[in-house]
Amino acid sequence: MARITFIQPDGTENTVEAEPGMTVMEAAVKNSVRGIAAECGGACSCATCHVYVEDDWRQATGEPEAMEEDMLDFAFDVRPESRLSCQIKVTSELDGLRVRIPEKQF
Amino acid sequence: MSVDVIKTDAVIIGAGPVGLFAVFELGLLDVKAHVIDILDRPGGQCAELYPEKPIYDIPALPVVTGQELTDQLMEQIAPFGAELHFNERVESIQRTEDGFRLETDAGTPFECKVIVIAAGGGSFTPKRPPLPGIEDYENTSVFYSVRKMDAFRDRDVLIVGGGDSALDWTLNLQPVAKSLTLLHRRSEFRAAPASVQKMMDLVDSGNISFKLGQVATLHGDNGRLTGVTVKGPDGTTFEQPTEVMLPFFGLTMKLGPVANWGLNLEENLIPVDTEKFETSEKGIFAIGDINTYPGKLKLILSGFHEAALMAQAAHRIIYPDKKLIFQYTTSSSNLQKKLGVK
Repeated sequence: MARITFIQPDGTENTVEAEPGMTVMEAAVKNSVRGIAAECGGACSCATCHVYVEDDWRQATGEPEAMEEDMLDFAFDVRPESRLSCQIKVTSELDGLRVRIPEKQF
Repeated sequence: MSVDVIKTDAVIIGAGPVGLFAVFELGLLDVKAHVIDILDRPGGQCAELYPEKPIYDIPALPVVTGQELTDQLMEQIAPFGAELHFNERVESIQRTEDGFRLETDAGTPFECKVIVIAAGGGSFTPKRPPLPGIEDYENTSVFYSVRKMDAFRDRDVLIVGGGDSALDWTLNLQPVAKSLTLLHRRSEFRAAPASVQKMMDLVDSGNISFKLGQVATLHGDNGRLTGVTVKGPDGTTFEQPTEVMLPFFGLTMKLGPVANWGLNLEENLIPVDTEKFETSEKGIFAIGDINTYPGKLKLILSGFHEAALMAQAAHRIIYPDKKLIFQYTTSSSNLQKKLGVK
């Protein structure tokens, strides 16, 4: 079990529990976290589950792979800490992960 | 000039897998259909979102990609000769004496007895960058598609994005525009390599400019854009003057005009019964991801089942005096004739 905190643009936080093996996007959708649209359902095809990984966690979550980096072209206000949350697999090492949700997914 | 009305038994809204399979189920029952879709090709989400991604839960197909599934469905419905209308979106539905009249955004009118809404997550529309005030510039200075190239003649044009649409329009508009700047967040492109090469050649020859960055703020007034502030990759900003901006960030699904058709809706979904998959309006059915009922699962296979039951009810509306005899395609020579295998 890993706890993941989603930080809304207005600063409110939701901490949810996620099973290892699921994705950060799935953890958000399962817990009705606002601001994660995930239109394509996790196929890395829509860029509507965009999050900003907090600095302390960037090493643990790693860098996006080429396909995800390509898909980030369809996201807005992409930053070095941008990830698509459907491509971050939950592991026990990510217990405590903090990600910020952008103003809008589009 | 009046446009000829297309008259048919059923109009299916949406050419995704479920809309396509509805052609098949209706066709077996002698219900002729036309299909209308906003995209330029069949497949719906399977074509737009995951043409190359494998799907594992289609019965008897252990693995199939979205494109393969679409191609196979097109082959399966071919015997019924349904006409598919692409790049059109149904805007309005009116009840007539003996059915419905529909009109698309291109002005094509249809008259039919039943309507089948198989619109999935809604219609695909271009993503609108969440920039404050962007709506004030839309269709005057900000455009998400190019209808007439001439609208950009002798204007300063800024194209934003790094996909095929951004690259294609960069190449197409360069000869027409007064100046053209392509803005993208990085120097890699997810576009056809040949287009990228052509674009680079235009940069080298000084015919266009390419800049790295993302639009942060729009400037202008009365719907006329004068320029944008761009945030560069290093976090610094610069001003980019322009009269026109074309952002290409892909498509997103919006419910769209479905909301205006007088149907009961629950959280952007259309409630239906589970016998006929009929909406709150008699003669209008909803199948696939767009409908909801107790226990609904958003699976392609559920949509296929819904199409089969919907077709039975549609048949009763179109042929009120005909008794429907249930038949199997394996044994019925009548059905096999319709499928062209006998």
